[in-house]
Amino acid sequence: MSKGQTLTIARWRVWLVALAVLVLGCALLARLASLQVVPDMAQGYQFLQGQGQARTLRTEPISAYRGVITDRNGEPLAVSTPVETLWADPSILLRVPERWNELARGLGISESELEARLSRYSGKEFMYLERHLPPQAAEEVLKLDVPGVYSQREFRRYYPAGEVTAHLVGFTDIDDRGQEGMELAYDAWLSGESGAKEVLKDLRGRTVKELQLTKSARPGRNLTLSIDLRLQYLAHRELKAAVQRYGAKGGSMVIMDVRTGEVLAMTNQPAYNPNDRSRMEPGAMRNRALTDLFEPGSPMKPLTVMAALETGRFSAQTRFDTSPGYIQVGTKTLLDPVNYGVLDVTGIITKSSQVGMTKLALQMDPQTVRDMYYHLGLGQSVGTGFPGEAVGSLPNHRRWSPIQRATYAFGYGLNLTATQLVNAYSVIASGGIKRTPSLLRVDEVPAGERVVAEPLARKMVDILSHVVTQEGTGTLAQIPAYPVAGKTGTVHKVGVGGYVDNRYMSSFVGMAPTNNPRLVAAVIIDEPSDQRYFGGQVAAPVFSKVIEGALRLLQVPPTATTNGVLVKGEPKKEEPWS
Amino acid sequence: MSQQDFLRRLPETGRSLRRRDRLQQRLHIDFTLLLLLLAVACYGLVVLYSANGQSLPGVQRQGIYFLVALVGMMVAAQVPPHLLRRMAPWLYLAGVLLLALVLLMGIGAMGAQRWLGLGGFRFQPSEVMKLATPIMASAYLGQRLLPPRFKHVLVTLALVSLPALLIIQQPDLGTALLVASSGLVVLFFAGLSWRYIIVAVVVVLASIWPFWKFVMHDYQRQRVLTLLNPEQDRLGAGWNIIQSKTAIGSGGYSGKGWLQGTQSQLDFLPEGHTDFIIAVLGEEFGLLGILFLLSLYALIIMRGMVIAARAQDSFSRLLAASITFTFFVYVFVNAGMVSGMLPVVGVPLPLVSQGGTAIVTLMAGFGILMSIATERRRVSRQE
Repeated sequence: MSKGQTLTIARWRVWLVALAVLVLGCALLARLASLQVVPDMAQGYQFLQGQGQARTLRTEPISAYRGVITDRNGEPLAVSTPVETLWADPSILLRVPERWNELARGLGISESELEARLSRYSGKEFMYLERHLPPQAAEEVLKLDVPGVYSQREFRRYYPAGEVTAHLVGFTDIDDRGQEGMELAYDAWLSGESGAKEVLKDLRGRTVKELQLTKSARPGRNLTLSIDLRLQYLAHRELKAAVQRYGAKGGSMVIMDVRTGEVLAMTNQPAYNPNDRSRMEPGAMRNRALTDLFEPGSPMKPLTVMAALETGRFSAQTRFDTSPGYIQVGTKTLLDPVNYGVLDVTGIITKSSQVGMTKLALQMDPQTVRDMYYHLGLGQSVGTGFPGEAVGSLPNHRRWSPIQRATYAFGYGLNLTATQLVNAYSVIASGGIKRTPSLLRVDEVPAGERVVAEPLARKMVDILSHVVTQEGTGTLAQIPAYPVAGKTGTVHKVGVGGYVDNRYMSSFVGMAPTNNPRLVAAVIIDEPSDQRYFGGQVAAPVFSKVIEGALRLLQVPPTATTNGVLVKGEPKKEEPWS
Repeated sequence: MSQQDFLRRLPETGRSLRRRDRLQQRLHIDFTLLLLLLAVACYGLVVLYSANGQSLPGVQRQGIYFLVALVGMMVAAQVPPHLLRRMAPWLYLAGVLLLALVLLMGIGAMGAQRWLGLGGFRFQPSEVMKLATPIMASAYLGQRLLPPRFKHVLVTLALVSLPALLIIQQPDLGTALLVASSGLVVLFFAGLSWRYIIVAVVVVLASIWPFWKFVMHDYQRQRVLTLLNPEQDRLGAGWNIIQSKTAIGSGGYSGKGWLQGTQSQLDFLPEGHTDFIIAVLGEEFGLLGILFLLSLYALIIMRGMVIAARAQDSFSRLLAASITFTFFVYVFVNAGMVSGMLPVVGVPLPLVSQGGTAIVTLMAGFGILMSIATERRRVSRQE
């Protein structure tokens, strides 16, 4: 060694350092091993892996697809479309005020509005930004990549038939829960079961990867209504036109298939658009055909007559003298528009004579009339399960005063729904069999329940077919090539302090074709404000137009005979009872 | 024939050995060390790609830093130890001046003032001191009669404390720790008497409390408290350490696979590409992956010890031992803090963590080691 001294490091110092390195290295290894592989450590790998998963693994719900509502032929009436809902975590979003402007523009609201909403939700970790956006629109907002903004898949309900089926189908709320109509009645059936999936989320809460499906979503079941959308359109169009033409406040029409009890059409006015309920009036929401009660008036007369004929004490030819055109019952005077003279039972129905009807009723046990009404389903639920379905009232007086007996016989002092009325008339149309009206398609025809003997029912059809002849009040209900039977009705509405002179409820209930009735229908027009207000004037033409189209659509073969010569003139007037 | 063949081959082998030796001497490169360093660097880049959110540009930049550092290493390797010894005071002085400059006009980031701006380029003078301090201490003690006398011990302590204290002022406890240990280990290898060591230990123990009370910053105290009980501040100071432990623990034996770590890939692990990169490694490659890296480090340290043992003069030997031991401290402090053994002091994982200056300094250190390694042969060739 040429240069200076060379240090010899004492051996023990080298060993000491080597030992220190070894010991520290081992300590490090022990530490790592305790974190990574040694089982059952207090904070070992099992614990840490659990912690790691707790940070990243999340179970997320998968929204289930709500079942489709269709008409009887599979036409969609309510369908669900996937939409995106944007939500935010305010605790994150509040930290980036510089991005609010951008976000607000993306959402189409003002920044101050966004700010106001954010401040309302400060301290919360969830708020909706915008619900039910089309997927592309949501994608555009998400592309801004504003921290704390997320999206969520939801379904939005669309109603292709719009206001035509609005009342019957109803609608769901923004959370896809049924709120009205069949959507509400069959909510459990229609709504599926949400599934769940395991997803991987990053620090900012964005879903990075979908790991596995823990539970698949069970989609809701479909619902097939009894409605025939073609008939429904027709009924809707004609009813709407009539309500507009006569300046009426509202109206309903129900068409029922005699053979099965299925409701083929049920429409009301006023209607609403279920796809845009922002300008909906609460009154327009009611499915009046099922929820609204009214005093039926004259359409009850044939039912009273049916009770009378069933006793065997009267026949269709039994005569009553209606002269001089009015009759005094107690303190009340009941009158016909003109003196009809002597009328048989058929004539009483045809002319809708109050006097004749009163005389018949006063000869009968009122309980018999009431029993008939009851057997026909009045005062009871029709059993559709529709939300808000009204039952009506069928009073049973302990002691019947003469005026009660008379008014009951021609349809005052009790109330019912349009559907109940149709149901009662379907007994006549079906030859005495009562079937439960169904809003769902019936694949197996129910046997039904015999309420009156078949000859009697046939007789009633015959009597009712006189109403639409030239002699009767329902002439305008005639249909070319299809004989029609039915009854008109015009009643004073009840207002403050009793019946109101100039407010009417006009109706027509009928069936066609009379030789083998297929359809029963009722048309109710609420408060026609035009000069014309008789049931035969405002309701009967609607029946005629709709049922004619309906029979052709259903391919019911035309019949040679009709109710005689088609009359296009003014029908005979019936005077509402006052 | 066969015997001749045999005889002929033997000198050939010897000649090829000598040829490799000669090449090493001419280039002043230690191939073993170079190979190990390249292995660590490549492994580190693979992990960094994952830790950097799978961004290639970040890895490319780091690769370029590494190439620059490699050049720096080769340049440092060309400087003969005796020249380095003569340069030592100037290097040291320049470093101290730069440190003083940092305190006066440095650039700050995250509450610390560590950088000097040089026209868009940031430079961390404390990195220079990681080498300048042990060089200075070795140069000073290497010229003295060893074991050092009390006066020399005091001078060395002053030489080491000055930069360490300046760095603490920035504040950067981790670097100060490394600088101080690089100087103290020189003192230890120089043959510091047991008596001094015992006194020093007693003094250190006695000064823990005043140090805690008066010298340490709030955030440093917080880090120590957090180490003792990370759960007390889960979302604040404890977050880093809880997250890194979670990531390491999630890895298990063999890890979740490259790019498959959830804690690291999904941004749960803070500073995953810098100080906490070993947690990414632990999560994705498991205990085996960490063991592989630590083995490479161990081989580098062993090679460094061999070089120190073969060094030809006191200065070289002290310096080689100091550089090697400091490297160990580097690894140990980083791995210890990430695995929750030591407080978080901000020491990057050498050659793996992202960062340019640290790599250049480290590689320059290895360049000095190589210069020392090849110096021995230079001397023997002269004989």
